[in-house]
Amino acid sequence: MSSCDYDSSCLPDLLPLYYRRLFPFSQYYRWLSYGGVTKNYFQNREFSFTLKDDIYVRYQSFSNQSELEKEMQKMNPYKIDIGAVYSHRPSQHNTVKSGTFQALEKELVFDIDMTDYDDVRTCCSAADICSSCWTLMTIAVRILDRALRGEHQHSDFGFQHLLWVYSGRRGIHCWVCDEAARKLSVAGRSAVAEYLSLVKGGEETLKKVQLSDPLHPFIRESLAVVEHYFIQYALMGQDILGNSKTTDKVRNLVLHFVSILIFCDFDCQVTSRKGCQYIDKEIMLQYCYPRLDVNVSKGVNHLLKSPFSVHPKTGRISVPIDLEELDKFDPFAVPTISLICEELDKPRTGEEEEVVEEEKKENEIEAAERRKIRDYKRTSLAKYVKLFDRFLDGMARARKGEILRKSDLQKEF
Amino acid sequence: MQFSRRRRLVSQPQDGLYGHCLQFYGRPPAENISLAEFETFAFERLKLLKTVENLGVSYVKTSDQYTKKLYSEFSNLNFPHKAEADDKKEQTEYEKRRKDHISHFILRLAYCQTEDLRRWFIQQEMDLFRFRFSGLTSKSKTEFLHQNNLQYDTVSMEQKKALVDKLVSSSYAVSGATVMEQDFYKVPFQDALDLVRTRKVFLKGGYAYIPHQDIIAIVLNDFRTRLSKALALTARSLPAVQSDERLQPLLSHLSHAYVGQDYSIQKNVGKISLEQIDPLSTKSFPLCMRQLHKSLRENHHLRHGGRMQYGLFLKGIGLSLEQALQFWRSEFIKGKVDADKFDKAYAYSVRHMFGKEGKRTDYTPYSCMKVILSNPPSQGDYHGCPFRHSDPELLKQKLQSYKLSPSAINQILELVKGMHYQLACQKYFELTHNIEDSGFSLNHPNQYFMESQKVLGDGKDVKREPETPHREAAASKGLGASRQNAEEMEDLDALFQDD
Repeated sequence: MSSCDYDSSCLPDLLPLYYRRLFPFSQYYRWLSYGGVTKNYFQNREFSFTLKDDIYVRYQSFSNQSELEKEMQKMNPYKIDIGAVYSHRPSQHNTVKSGTFQALEKELVFDIDMTDYDDVRTCCSAADICSSCWTLMTIAVRILDRALRGEHQHSDFGFQHLLWVYSGRRGIHCWVCDEAARKLSVAGRSAVAEYLSLVKGGEETLKKVQLSDPLHPFIRESLAVVEHYFIQYALMGQDILGNSKTTDKVRNLVLHFVSILIFCDFDCQVTSRKGCQYIDKEIMLQYCYPRLDVNVSKGVNHLLKSPFSVHPKTGRISVPIDLEELDKFDPFAVPTISLICEELDKPRTGEEEEVVEEEKKENEIEAAERRKIRDYKRTSLAKYVKLFDRFLDGMARARKGEILRKSDLQKEF
Repeated sequence: MQFSRRRRLVSQPQDGLYGHCLQFYGRPPAENISLAEFETFAFERLKLLKTVENLGVSYVKTSDQYTKKLYSEFSNLNFPHKAEADDKKEQTEYEKRRKDHISHFILRLAYCQTEDLRRWFIQQEMDLFRFRFSGLTSKSKTEFLHQNNLQYDTVSMEQKKALVDKLVSSSYAVSGATVMEQDFYKVPFQDALDLVRTRKVFLKGGYAYIPHQDIIAIVLNDFRTRLSKALALTARSLPAVQSDERLQPLLSHLSHAYVGQDYSIQKNVGKISLEQIDPLSTKSFPLCMRQLHKSLRENHHLRHGGRMQYGLFLKGIGLSLEQALQFWRSEFIKGKVDADKFDKAYAYSVRHMFGKEGKRTDYTPYSCMKVILSNPPSQGDYHGCPFRHSDPELLKQKLQSYKLSPSAINQILELVKGMHYQLACQKYFELTHNIEDSGFSLNHPNQYFMESQKVLGDGKDVKREPETPHREAAASKGLGASRQNAEEMEDLDALFQDD
C-alpha cells in the first residue's frame, strides 16, 4: 500500500478538500442525533475546534447537519473535539443564567495513550510507536471490550455499543454510546474507571500492581488475555533482557523484578510465604495491562478528539477500529489526509466500473450528494466509513427493539 | 390487677398504611393531629436522634452496648423497632409506627433550612434506619424491599450454582455455603458504585450480585438520596409553613433544641470567686470560652454575640448577678467604656441575662449545638466554636501554643476535618486533663466545665447530675420554658445593638 508523504504544512490545502468532499457528515450527524429520541440532543452538543495557528474555540454548537457542514467548511479546523450534551445550546451559554448551564449527558469514554507505558517499553518512547509495542493497544482493547461489552452477557458492565477509534498517533479511544452510559453520573464514570484500573502509581512506585487472594473474576479474565499475548509481546517482541536499546529505566525495573522473583522463589521454597503468591502475574500485568487515565473518563464535560478528525502531526485520520480484525490492525496502514486527497483525483483500479454502477442505482439522490458519496468511496477511507455505518445500524436496531418492547408493555394494560 | 385499654380518639389502623415497621417516609401523613401531639412527637423523635448521635460517637455501631442502649431508648420513647408479632399489641404497634411516620415529617420541617441542619438530620436518620433495617429478619428485609419497589431481584438457585466460584472470590467473607444458603440480589451496577469502585462485588451484564449482608449499603444509599431530595423540596415550601404562627416558634426552637440538662438551674451560686476565673479559664473552660475570656481580658470588650455566649456560660458555672456585674464592669472600664456608660448600656443586658429585666425569664446557657449552628462569628467576633469556626491553621497554632503534642493535634484536626466538632472538643478535654476516656458525651460547654472540675478533684461541692433524660422536665418545664426562651432570645438579640 503506497502512502503519500505527509507534511503538516500541507494541511491548509488539504483540510478544505477533506471537509468538502470526504468527511462523512451524514454518518456523523446520524451518530450524534441518536435517532432523534431526545429533543435538541444534537443542537445542545458542544464541539471545540483548534484552528490554524493554534487558535482554540470552545462551545461550538450547530442546529443541524447543514449548519455543521457549512461551519466546518468555513473554519477548516485542524482538530475537532466532542464534548457533552448541555442543558442549553453551547453557543449561547453566555446568555444563560449563571449556574443553569450544565453538562447533562455524554458518552462514557476511555483514552489509552502509549506514553503511559514508557516505563515498560524497550522499543520506543514518548510519541513513537511500532508494531511491537502496538500489541499493548491490542491487549488493552481486548480486555476493556470484554469487560465493557463482552459476548452474550459475558461482560461485567453489559454495554452494547462501543466505538473503538485510533487516535491518529499513539493511542486508542473508546466511546461507549449506550443510553445508560451517556446518562452515567461523574461518580458512576469514576467507579467504572477505578474498577478497570489495575496499574497504579507514578514515578516513585516501582511495583505498580498488587494482587491478593482471592483473585476477583475480572482479574482472572484479564490475566487470560494478557497471558495469551505476553510471550509474543514481552519476550520476543520486546526482547527485554537482550535488547541493547533497553533504557536504564527499563533495565532497572526488570532487574528489580528478577530479584524479587529470585528472592520469592527462594523464600517461598523455604518458608512458603504467601506474599509472593502472585508475583509472576503482577509482573505480567505491570507490563501489559491497560493503563487508563481516570480523569478522561470521569468528567461529563470532558472534551475528546472526534472520530474522523485529522491528527495534525501525523496526518492520520482517527478511524474506527474493526474488532474482528483487531490482531491485524496496523496503525501505519491508516490512511493519511494526503493519501485520501490524492486518491480523490486518481481512483484506484477497478473502481471506475463500480462507480458507474453506483450512479445508475442512485439516480434519485441529488447530484452533489451522489458525488460526495462516490468521493469517499473512491478512497481508502471507504472501509472505515462502512465500519462506522455498521456501528450506527446496530444502534438503530437496538432503538427500534426498545420502542417495540415499550409499546408491547403498553398493550398489556 | 386489671388493666383497661385506654381508648383514645385515634383513627383505626388503616389497612396497609403501616404494613411494615420500617419505612422510607415516601408519603407525608395525611391526617389531622393536635398541636400537643405535634409537639410531643417532634421532641421525642429529636430525643431519639440525639441518642443515636451520642451512642454513635461513644460506641461501635454494631456492638452489643450500642444495640442494647438504643433499643432501650426505643422502648422509653415508644418508637417501633422489631416487628411485633403479638396481636394484643396491634393497636400499640400501629400507634408507634404512626408516631414514627409523623415525627419524621415534622422534623423535616425543622431541619431542611440550612446545609448544616440537613446534613445532621440525614446523618442521624440514616444511622437510625441502618440500625432498624439490620435488626429485621431476612424475610422481613425482603418484604421491605418489595414493598418499596426496589427493583432488586434475587438470584435463582441455578444461577447461583453456576456462579458460585465467582461469587465466592468477589464478595467479602462469603463462602460456597453462604452463596447457596443466603439470598443474593441482582442490582444495577449504578446503584452499587462503592462496591464497583473497589471491585468488591461480582459484575455480570451490568448487574452487581450483592450478598444479603451488603444490601443494606445499597438501600441506605437510596434512603439518603431520597431524603436529600425531599429536604430540598421541603425547604422550598417552608415559607408557607413558617407563616403559621402556631408552628413557627416551635420549629425554630426544634432546630436549636437541646433536649436534656440545660444548666439553667443555678446550682453553685457564689461558689466561684472572681479571682478564680483566670486560672479556671485555662484549666476547666472549653476552648470556646477560654478564647472568649482571653479576648475579653486583652481587648476589655466583647461584642454582643460573645457577651451572650460567655455571659450565660459564667452564669451556668455559678456566678451570681452581682459577681457578673462586677466582672464585666471592671473589665469594660479598662477599655474605652467609662463607668457611666457601662451602667447605662451594658448593665441592663447583664441583668436581662439573669432574668431581672424585661420579661424576667432566666436564660439558658448555650449548648454546643447552638454554638456550632447559630450566629456564626464574623470579623471582630470571638464567639462560636473554635473547632467549627476557626481556620484549621490558626486552630493548630493555638493548640501548639497550649503545648499539645503534634500527634494529639493531628487527632483533633482529623476530627475537625470529619466535622466532628464536639468529638474534637472532647479529645481536647481528654488531652488537657491527661485521661484516656472522658467518660461522657460532650454537648454543652457547662457540661465540659463540670466534668473538668470533677476530674481535677475540685468537685466536692459540685454535684454530678445524672445523665438520664429528664422526660418530665422536657414535657412540662423544659419544653414550655425552652420554647419561651427561644422567643425571648429573638427579642433579646434584636434589642441590643453592637457599638
